[in-house]
Amino acid sequence: MGRIVGGIGLSHVPSIGPVVDRGRTQEPAWKPLFDAYVPVREWLQRLKPDVAIVVYNDHGADFTFDKYPTFALGVAEHYAIGDEGFGTRSLPVVEGDFELSNHLAQALIYEHEFDLTLCQELAVEHGFLVPMNLCFPHSTNGWPVRAIPLAVNVIQHPLPTGQRCYRLGQALRAAVESFPEDSKIVVMGTGGMSHQLQGKRFGFMNEKFDQWFLGQLEADPERLARITHQEIMEQAGAEAVELIMWLTMRGALSPQARRVHRNYYAPMTTGMGLITFEA
Amino acid sequence: MGQQLTGPIADTTVFDLRLSRRGQRLNKLCAALCSPQERDAFKRDEEAFMSRFALTEAEKELIRRRDFEGLIEAGTNIYFLLKIGSVTGTGLYKMGAQMRGESYDEFLATRHIRGAV
Ligand SMILES: [Fe+2]
Repeated sequence: MGRIVGGIGLSHVPSIGPVVDRGRTQEPAWKPLFDAYVPVREWLQRLKPDVAIVVYNDHGADFTFDKYPTFALGVAEHYAIGDEGFGTRSLPVVEGDFELSNHLAQALIYEHEFDLTLCQELAVEHGFLVPMNLCFPHSTNGWPVRAIPLAVNVIQHPLPTGQRCYRLGQALRAAVESFPEDSKIVVMGTGGMSHQLQGKRFGFMNEKFDQWFLGQLEADPERLARITHQEIMEQAGAEAVELIMWLTMRGALSPQARRVHRNYYAPMTTGMGLITFEA
Repeated sequence: MGQQLTGPIADTTVFDLRLSRRGQRLNKLCAALCSPQERDAFKRDEEAFMSRFALTEAEKELIRRRDFEGLIEAGTNIYFLLKIGSVTGTGLYKMGAQMRGESYDEFLATRHIRGAV
């Protein structure tokens, strides 16, 4: 039977990609971020997940506004590394899990009435790859875990509500648990935390809000899921609204899930949060 | 209809469907920059590149002037705008400084850790 063994909420800032690729992770400005992932990586090595379901958003690497799905699930054996306008990073192709994707698609659409767009070809980018870099260091042979992308529209309003994202997480949990194969799964909710990348309010951050969000995600996610897009954008910046993807991760865990790690670092323009739960 | 968006937010552009519709041609130009050949084409002949996307003269002028705030207001999504930033050698923080009406150094002085670039 499929089992969700853990959940991770974490930011997916694009500048982290080149820092990893150029071996700059130990520089003073970046070390505090990467140090926080040392215990997380050890924890993941103990949990030994087979598959990571990565809830992320595409930033115009493979989806455009010609067609922009609200929820889209990868249903392939492999996912290519995308070019989002800065070149293709030299990373191994991401191995997927078609059997699990296929099961999730059936269960989510038939049982739970989440009518996802299903993607047989999906090139992944920083929204997906930076969290993978932080949690699952790759080698020339590939990544230590199979992964399934679950893309959410968090950039073109109307976005799905926080409540809907949370419910999707709950549905994901039920869907995983009806998977007949023995499979250990972690769910990653990515993006945020506070940031705004446009207008006179460029560079706006709100650590107080971010810390509150981390606390509520642990203590009262049902209630947190009722937060509106307006409230997030007013308090934490327009681009912070992608935090709704963390609600999907939290919904996929039991309400009593135990929080394991928590960290916060905000050097430049984005509150980079990290929280993990054992399901 | 729910109450997800209840009103304007100061100094903020909310990228909604109406704005996305207005910026569709600009965003198509940006999306094309997700390939090395197209980035070369942009660098080689910006006018010829722009002419492929049915932009208005005013939209072209925003690109020529590297007016990032104006491009946002014209419906360019910020993540798509970053692709123009990249091909014109204007990183996110330089774009941001311009949008704030500051020099790059003035902007950096407002950050906690300036080395994280
Ligand atoms: Fe994002």
